[in-house]
Order: sequence, then structure tokens, then C-alpha cells
Amino acid sequence: MTLFHNITINHYLILGSVLFAMGAFGILFRRNAIIMLMCIELMLNAVNITLVAFSKMWNQTDAQVFVFFIMVVAAAEVAVGLAILMMLYRNHHTTDTTVLNKLKF
Amino acid sequence: MEKLVTLIPLFPLAGFLYITFFGKGFSKNFIGTLGSGAILLSFITSVLVFSTQMHGAHPTIVKVFDWITAGSLNIDFSFLVDPLSSIYLLFITGVGFLIHVYSIGYMHEDEGFNRFIAYLNLFVFFMLILILGDSYVTMFVGWEGVGVCSFMLIGFWYKDMKNNDAAKKAFIVNRIGDLGLILGMCLLFAYTGTLKFDDLFVSGSDAASLPGGVATTVAILLFIGAMGKSAQIPLHTWLPDAMAGPTPVSALIHAATMVTAGIYMVARSSELFASSEMASQVVVWAGILTSLMGATIALTQNDIKKVLAYSTVSQLGLMFVALGLGAYSTAVFHVITHAFFKALLFLGSGSVIHGMGGEQDIRRMGGLKKWMPVTHLTFLIGTIAISGVFPFAGFFSKDQIIAVAFEENKVMFILSMVVSACTAFYMFRLYFLTFHGKFRGTHEQEHHLHESPKVMTIPLVVLAALSVVGGFIGLPHAVGEQMGMHWHWLDHFLEDAVVMPSMHMSLTTEIILMITATIVAIGSIYFAWNKYKKNEELALEDDEIESSAHLLLLNKYWFDELYEKIIRKPVDKLSSFFGKTIEPKIIDGLVESSGSLTQDSAGKLRLLQSGSIFTYLLVFVIGLIALLLFI
Amino acid sequence: MLSEYIFWFLSFVAVFSAAGMIFSKNPVYSVLSLIVTFFAVAGHYFLLGAQFLAAVHIIVYAGAIMVLFLYVIMMLNLNKLDEEKRSLISKAMSVAAGGILMLVIVAAVRRTDELNLVQAAGYTGDIGVTKNLGIVLYREFLLPFELASVLFLGAMVGSVYLSKKELTQ
Repeated sequence: MTLFHNITINHYLILGSVLFAMGAFGILFRRNAIIMLMCIELMLNAVNITLVAFSKMWNQTDAQVFVFFIMVVAAAEVAVGLAILMMLYRNHHTTDTTVLNKLKF
Repeated sequence: MEKLVTLIPLFPLAGFLYITFFGKGFSKNFIGTLGSGAILLSFITSVLVFSTQMHGAHPTIVKVFDWITAGSLNIDFSFLVDPLSSIYLLFITGVGFLIHVYSIGYMHEDEGFNRFIAYLNLFVFFMLILILGDSYVTMFVGWEGVGVCSFMLIGFWYKDMKNNDAAKKAFIVNRIGDLGLILGMCLLFAYTGTLKFDDLFVSGSDAASLPGGVATTVAILLFIGAMGKSAQIPLHTWLPDAMAGPTPVSALIHAATMVTAGIYMVARSSELFASSEMASQVVVWAGILTSLMGATIALTQNDIKKVLAYSTVSQLGLMFVALGLGAYSTAVFHVITHAFFKALLFLGSGSVIHGMGGEQDIRRMGGLKKWMPVTHLTFLIGTIAISGVFPFAGFFSKDQIIAVAFEENKVMFILSMVVSACTAFYMFRLYFLTFHGKFRGTHEQEHHLHESPKVMTIPLVVLAALSVVGGFIGLPHAVGEQMGMHWHWLDHFLEDAVVMPSMHMSLTTEIILMITATIVAIGSIYFAWNKYKKNEELALEDDEIESSAHLLLLNKYWFDELYEKIIRKPVDKLSSFFGKTIEPKIIDGLVESSGSLTQDSAGKLRLLQSGSIFTYLLVFVIGLIALLLFI
Repeated sequence: MLSEYIFWFLSFVAVFSAAGMIFSKNPVYSVLSLIVTFFAVAGHYFLLGAQFLAAVHIIVYAGAIMVLFLYVIMMLNLNKLDEEKRSLISKAMSVAAGGILMLVIVAAVRRTDELNLVQAAGYTGDIGVTKNLGIVLYREFLLPFELASVLFLGAMVGSVYLSKKELTQ
């Protein structure tokens, strides 16, 4: 369905999926904890885009409210995540996540 | 009054329980008196119950408790009081009582005395259940119970392995017969839906309504059970071995009571057998073959108890001949008289063995009448009775069998005369070799020889008296009618309980038969007297035997060896195959492999916990992909 | 027409700066690339008529979250990165996983234009206006709104506590 001139909902969906996949790839690809957290933010943003596109499609504000709350949660999560990262650095003096391998057989 | 019948088995059961649990510390005499007293109480009650059936039989069922209620199957544990069961009651408790008293003396030095009396009581309990049961199922409880008690009593002196083997043999052969009995019961139930004697045989005659082939099959299967219990060919091999038990056991179980359970069952099922000609034929032929076999083997045996054992086998065969010819009450008659004189003979032999200090080989005895007068006299009476000499008990019952045989089947008649001749011969051989002539034992035995104590001889005397007069309850029809008195009492007594043959014999034929039988008997006695008393011939020692016929008979027609080859060896092979091959490899392998499977898989699974975040995240993403793909 | 071009431009910017964020060696450059991405996304929001969200997006994400990241990077002194690369297998697997994920999702969403969706009646085009959004937020979604403040409280307490220095005894 056309959202505005020749741009259909499809476009936004594909954009969202591309960004999401890139974020997932990024998490797997990088070892630095900070980069990983940023990739999570990227994934969340992909979802946000999709939601807002749908909001325009159905002409309802519910999706935008949902986006609002996603942002709320993302902010809180980043705060706590960075705190944890700080502790990680304090204990291991590196932000490399591969040092976190003690929980094994 | 009939309700008293519930008490009858309870007395010996109480005796058994009391002696088993509370009997320690009491003197042997007390325990013995207690045990015998229990049976005496049963006997008195049996007399009372019997009296209710005296004037016109009216079968009564006394319910004890609800036993099996499963869906539409309702089996009560009830007792049937009718002529057949009440007469059995009398002689089981009567003879049982006498044997209990005898055992007090015989087993006096034995350390397992309490156990013995307790087992005897338990045995009587089960036997009473067997004959009092009102359905095949209740009877079966008693049937198995007496088998177990027989096992326990045969192997009473369990320290000697031979006794245990004999006990096992008895039980296992019995069990084979029981299989037939169970199958017969199942088949009967499948066709008629009931196993109660009341429903099957008395009212409405359900048994007669069975299709012919089924009736025959059921009858033959039931007879297989009787074969096991009453030691007919081919399930007879256990009875001679059962002589390993103490002599009162042989007297009670293997002469008077347990072995007659088979006769009881067939008599109880008389309508079934009467309706199937083929089954009756099977019974007759099995009976006569067994009878002949037993009689011929007994001619050569040298152990006093073995002779009597084979004699029992032979007499049981004669009873089955009577059953097969349709004369059910005659068979019961012979059961009763046989109980008297066979118990007497066994107890007498026990007295002899007791006096000889344990020796059982008649070649080592001789001239014992000097030392053991009472035993000698009673044994003589028993021997005359079994040989069928007028007017002792055995004469009338055996004569009735011969008469029936003469009327129905001439071949049987001739063969049973042969058996009678052999019987008289070997019994008197036994008598002469034991009580007459020179003493052939050792010096210590000679010193030891003494008459048995009163507690043993009084039962002998009582039984001897019964052997003399016991025959008069069943005088043959023709004679009785002439006399015009209640002489043919047993037949009339039983006529509502079992099928009666239609016998029409003239008085002359009867008398001729009686005279013929007596002549045959006396002839055999004369032969025996001639050989063993006058010519003072002795029984051959083992290495003096030459004739192969003698060897064949001495070795019991090689039956045991035959079974060993045909049955025991293959079964052994099969069980060792299972034990050595299948059990360790397959079953153990299965069990063990399940354990090692768990261990191995657990070992492999734990490697999944790699601890690396990368792996976990990767699996996340892959899971997400899978989720999207498949949902 | 213009919106179309703007759409394509913003999309490409977003994708490329996202790629830049992922592959950049220097964490500071990553953060900056992500900020560019966020601006592109905010542009998309404007295009879709979600004005309030666009503004909030920039304020929260670019203004607060990324600044927080920069503070942390600065505190940990991470501007020069000597991070080891992942093993080849790991790289291959991550490429495979990400690629397959993208393919699957794109395949899933490709056909939605064949659904004959009708534009809603009464389409006004101003659903993203602050006033309307505010009305909905405070009417139907009041409870989540209040709970969000509780959530923030928890996050604050948590992060303060977690990053306290251990008092050495």
C-alpha cells in the first residue's frame, strides 16, 4: 500500500529487515562489548522504523506510542548495560567479551 | 446342623497355626495330643454332619465367604455337604486321627516333631477343603494345598538331598497333572459359565448339555489332573520316590487320602465322564495299564515300603478301572476299604522299620513274628484284606470291581483277575519274607528288635478291625437283595451324588464270580506260601538276578530313565542355553547398554556448554531464523 | 516525487553508516557512524509524519544515549583499539547467520503489497502530531506511561550501584 509517492509499505519493511539483519550480524562479528551494545541499538531502531511505517499505513497512533516506549526501554537498558560493561572492564581490564568464558563444563 | 461343616477344616487349621506359632517349649506329648485332638474333633463333627445325610441325601451348600467377585464372575468359598463328601469326611478324619496318634510314637525321637505334627494338621486341612469344596475352584485350592503339604512332608528330613529330590519330583509331576486340570476347568467354564458342582451336575445338568467333543476334552483334561494326583501312568513316577518321607506320611498321604483325591474328582464329575464314552475308555485303559504295571513291579521289589507303594499304584489303577466302567460308587467303596488296609499296612511296615532301627530291606528281615506279635497279626490281617479273601474288606470292594468288569468289558475282567492274583502273591511274599523264616539281619538289629509302643499298636489294631468289617457296607446287589436288609447300603447312599451303573446281575453269576475271585486269591497265596515258606526261598540279592524280565520289573520298566532322556535332558539344555547365552548377552547387554548410552550422551552433551558468548549468540540467531522459517 | 528521492537517500545513508559502525576499528568512529544512522532514521520518521517521535528520537538517542557511550569510551580510554579479530570460522558463521536472517525476513515481507489494503477512512495525515500523540498517550496508555517512570528509577539505581567502586578493605 502506498504510503506516499510510490513508496509502499514494502520498502519500509525491507529497510527495517536490512537494518535488523545488519545489527544481528554486527553482534556476531565484533568482540568489543561497546560495539555489541551499539548493534543492539541498531536492531531496536530497525524495529522502530517498521512500527512507524505501519502506524502511517493504518493511520493509528498506537504503533507510535509503542515506539515511544521502546525508546524508553532502550534508554534504560543502555544505562544499565554500560554500568555492567564498566564492571567487566574493572575486573578484566579489557572490553573483549571472549574473556567471559568461565561458565563452561 | 450342616453348618457345622465349616468347623471341620478349622480344627486342623487351628492346630497347625497354634503349633507353628506357639508350640515352642511344649512337650512332644502335648503337641502330639493337641494335633491328634484337633483331628478327633473334626472326626466327631464329621460324624454329626454325616448323620444329616444318612436318611435320604439332601445336598446342602454352606457358604463360608464371598471369594472372587470380578465383573460377572462370582465365586463363593462354600462347602458342599452331600453323600460323597460326607463319606470322604468320615474316613479322612478317622484314618487321619489314627495316623496322628501313631506318629506320636513313631516320630518321638525326631527333633522336628512339632513341625511334623503341624504339617500333618495342615495337610488334613487342605484335604478337607478339597473334598468339601462346592466348585472346581474351591476344590482346586485344596488340590494345590495337599500338593504343597505332600512336598513338605516328603522332604521332611530335608538334610538328606535325596529326600528333597523326591519331594521336588512329587510336586513337579503333580503340577504337570494340574495343568490338565486347569485347562479342563477353563474349558468347562468357557462353555457353561460356571464351575460349581451344584450348577453343573445336579440341577439342570449343564454338564450333559455340553457338545460331545467338548465333554470328552474336558473329561480327559480333568483326568490328566487326576493322573498326576493319583499316580497313574505316565505320571506315576513320583509315588515310589515319595517313600523317602516318614512312614506316617506314606500312610496318610499316599495311601489313604491325597492319592484318592483323583478318584474323588472323577466321581464328583461322574456325569461328565458318563456322557463321554471316549473319556471313560481312556480312564479304563489308563487304570488297567497302571494296575498291571504296579502289580508286576511289586513282585520284585525288596524295600518294604516300595512294595506297598507299587501296590498302592496298582490298587488306584483298579479304582480308575471301576470309574471308567461307570461304577463310580464302587470306586469310592474301594477307596474306603483301601484306605483302611493300606494305612494299616503302611503303619505296620513303619512299626517294622522302627523295630529294625531303620532297616527297610526285607532281605535283611525275617522271623519277626517272634519279636513283634501285634504288628505281625495286624499286618497279616491287612495282607489278607488286600488279597481279597472273603469276608475281609478288600474282598467285597474288589469283587464289585471284578463284577462290573465282567459285565461291561471282558478284557478288563481278565486283566483285573491277573492283577488280583499278582496282588495276593506279592503281598504274601512280603509277609512271609518279613515275618517268617530265619532272621537275616545283623546282630545289633537283633538286639534292638522290640514291639512298638502302645501308641503305635493301638491304631494298628483299630485299622485291622476296620479292615475286617469295613466291607460290609457294600455287599453286592444281588446278595443284599436276597438278604433283604440294608446291605447294599453304600450304593444307595451315594446314588444321588454320582451316576450309578445299571447293573443287572443274577445271583448265580454273582456267587460264581465271588468264588472265582476267592479261588484265584487263595491260589496265589498258596504259590507264595509254597515258594517262600515251605521251600524257604529267599529274595534274590542284587547281583544274583539273571533273568531280564526280572531286571525289567526291578527297574520299574525303566520309566524314570526314559523320562530322564526325553524330558529332563532337553529341558536342561534349553535352560542352560537361556542361562548362558541369552541372559548375559541379550538381557544384561540391554540393561547395560542403556546405562552406558545415558553416560555417553551426557558426556557429549556437556560439551555444549562452551562458555563462549559467540556460540550462544549464534545459536540465538539461528533459532530466530528457524522460528521465522517454520512458523 | 521529492519524498521518494529523499526516502532513497535517507535509506542509503542509514545502511551505509550502519555498515560503517560495524566495521570501524575505532570505537569513536563507530559511535559517530551510529549517530549519523540515527539522524537518517529521524529523517524517515519525518517523512512518515511522526514529528514528535522524530524529535524525541534525536534528543534521546543521538543526544543522550550516544553521549553516554562516548563518556564510557572516554573513561575506558578505548580510542585505540587493539582488539583481536575473530577466527575465520566465526566470521564465516556470523556472515552466514546474518545473511540468512536477512533473506528470510525479506522473503517474508516481500509480498505484502499484494494485499489489497484500503486506506482507512478519515485519513487526515496528522496522526504523528504531538497533540494527537499526547492525547492517546495520556488517555489509553497512562499506566504504561507511569510505569515507565518506575522503570527509569530502577535503571538509575541499578547503574549507579553497579558502577560504584568496590571499597577496598
